[in-house]
Amino acid sequence: MATDTPAIEVENLVRHFGDVFALDHISVQIRKGEFFSLLGPSGCGKTTLLRIVGGLDIPDEGVVRIGGVDAREIPAHKRPVNTVFQSYALFPHLTVRDNIAFGLRMKNVAKPDIIDRVNRVMDMVEIPKLAARKPAQLSGGQKQRVALARAIVNEPMCLLLDEPLGALDLKLRKQLQIELLQLQRRLGITFIYVTHDQEEALVMSDRIAVMSAGKIVQLGDSEELYEHPRTRYVSQFLGSCNLLDATVRQRGATGGVVDTLVGELQVESGKLPDRDKLTLAIRPEKVTLLPASDGTGQNRVRVKVEELLYIGSETHYVLRAGEQRLTAEAMNVKVGSQGFDIGAEAVAYLPAAGLLVLDD
Amino acid sequence: MENDRKGEVQFGEQLTARSHLARSAMTSGPGIFWVSFFLLLPLIWIGVISFLTRTEVGGYERPFTYENYSRFIGFGFFGFDMLYPQIILRSLVLGTGTALLCMVTAMPLAFFIAGLPARFKNLALTLVLIPFWTNLLIRTYAWQILLAPESPLTRLAVLLHFTEAGLPLYPSAMAIYIGMVCDYLPFLVLPLYASVEKIDWSIAEAASDLGADGPRVFWHAILPQVTPGLVAGIILVLIPATGQFVIPDLLGGAKTVMLGNAIQQQFQQSRDWPFGSAITFVGMGAVMLGLWAYARAAGEKGGEII
Repeated sequence: MATDTPAIEVENLVRHFGDVFALDHISVQIRKGEFFSLLGPSGCGKTTLLRIVGGLDIPDEGVVRIGGVDAREIPAHKRPVNTVFQSYALFPHLTVRDNIAFGLRMKNVAKPDIIDRVNRVMDMVEIPKLAARKPAQLSGGQKQRVALARAIVNEPMCLLLDEPLGALDLKLRKQLQIELLQLQRRLGITFIYVTHDQEEALVMSDRIAVMSAGKIVQLGDSEELYEHPRTRYVSQFLGSCNLLDATVRQRGATGGVVDTLVGELQVESGKLPDRDKLTLAIRPEKVTLLPASDGTGQNRVRVKVEELLYIGSETHYVLRAGEQRLTAEAMNVKVGSQGFDIGAEAVAYLPAAGLLVLDD
Repeated sequence: MENDRKGEVQFGEQLTARSHLARSAMTSGPGIFWVSFFLLLPLIWIGVISFLTRTEVGGYERPFTYENYSRFIGFGFFGFDMLYPQIILRSLVLGTGTALLCMVTAMPLAFFIAGLPARFKNLALTLVLIPFWTNLLIRTYAWQILLAPESPLTRLAVLLHFTEAGLPLYPSAMAIYIGMVCDYLPFLVLPLYASVEKIDWSIAEAASDLGADGPRVFWHAILPQVTPGLVAGIILVLIPATGQFVIPDLLGGAKTVMLGNAIQQQFQQSRDWPFGSAITFVGMGAVMLGLWAYARAAGEKGGEII
């Protein structure tokens, strides 16, 4: 088999529940060894896609290939994939050790092998001390580790994770994110990771598919999605973004000029589409706040500080320029006051490099 | 340490040891009183009687003796006789058989009802409960009619060459078990249904995801989840079914003596209270021994018992 066969490939998947499309003609290829995230709000179809790959749900139309093999006729218990469930779904009547050994027992692996592999996986996720406990005696984070161990002990071709960290508190989530990432790199198993947490997706994924209403709206690596969102939806879902309605006034070789509510702005030339009405986007951290005295020059907008959120390492500003509201984020580099108080006049610099043109 | 002297905190109220006792007496007292005076004390009294001697006129008096028990296990007046051990064995077989049949019947029924749309569930449960509202005798006589020579059921049996034309389907062992299952099914269906309703289906999905096929998903992921309801139901069926004698009488042709009518006979016709008490105790002991063995087995398997 060629090495470039995708681990998982879905083609034109359709799944509807009544009139609602959970999956609306989805096609995507997931590479071997990749950490692939499905990101979207609840109800966007990401869990349905995961369940279909795992064989726990059946598509109305379309093809699922696992390692190049058409999996439509393969029942869940024969697929070379394993799932980490959102609710963990541990067997309540079995000990941690028996929970982890379950998959190997079902495959009739020899007993000494089972013991050996279970021990190794328990070491890997750092739970050897919990071996004899029942799930009811575990904390959320411990249950998570058991669920993970129970899946990876089977050495699946692809691991399906359905919001595995969703029920944990922030600190534990951050820690487990790192562990999960290290584990994935060490094992080299393909991960398909469902989450609604954009930061989690950005941190962990090789590639992210942003989903909305049963469709993949944009697919790319973290940087691509964050720095070059193509739609309003993606720009708002991943991080926050200033959106400005703009009209093209002038197209030149070096750049174009557009009119917006905050005045005229220079836009890099390659970005301008053929149409004249468009939406500009700029991330808050790309907006630089300058003292009112720096008021002249390209892409500089006079603003008034309306609101100020002190986060510690950075400060978030809500700015007003006439009708337009802008947000800006700045690292608190200086010790003490950053020099912009509520009500102060200032200048916001929107660099042309940071201005994106969206498709919609 | 200081807390110990002050007593417990309940509903945000600091209770002294005395007020705690008073509260317990108020809430649990009536129940404890009822069980003690109307169940425990009479039971102890029957236990005492079982060691006494029958008087000429049917009363009981000292001296204390084991004779009632030795007579029960077969060392009687006329030498060794298996009559009573057979009775208790027969009753246990009837109870166990009924419990097993009820289990086999209740399992699909409970899953079927749990799978119904919400508005049909209550209707289905009501239908299961209807036999409860009918007197046991009436239900059993009704089966006599249903199993009579001219009934559709009997005709069907004749057509299938199970029986000869013109004969009723009772008295027979089959008729007894039909009557028994009909009578005791609700006791098993209701607790089992309650367990089925609470099944976490994601655990079944996990089992299937980990390589278990249909039967193994049921065995490893679903059965353990309904075990509490199943065990409760089996106990609820097993105990009264073991003591049942009206149904075997009416549908089994009144030929066989069961534990229930053996006891009744001793207390009424024979007026031998000490011996009746002894049978009662041995019967109770047998059922409790069975339950204990079952609980141990379930405990060893790692399952929760009730």
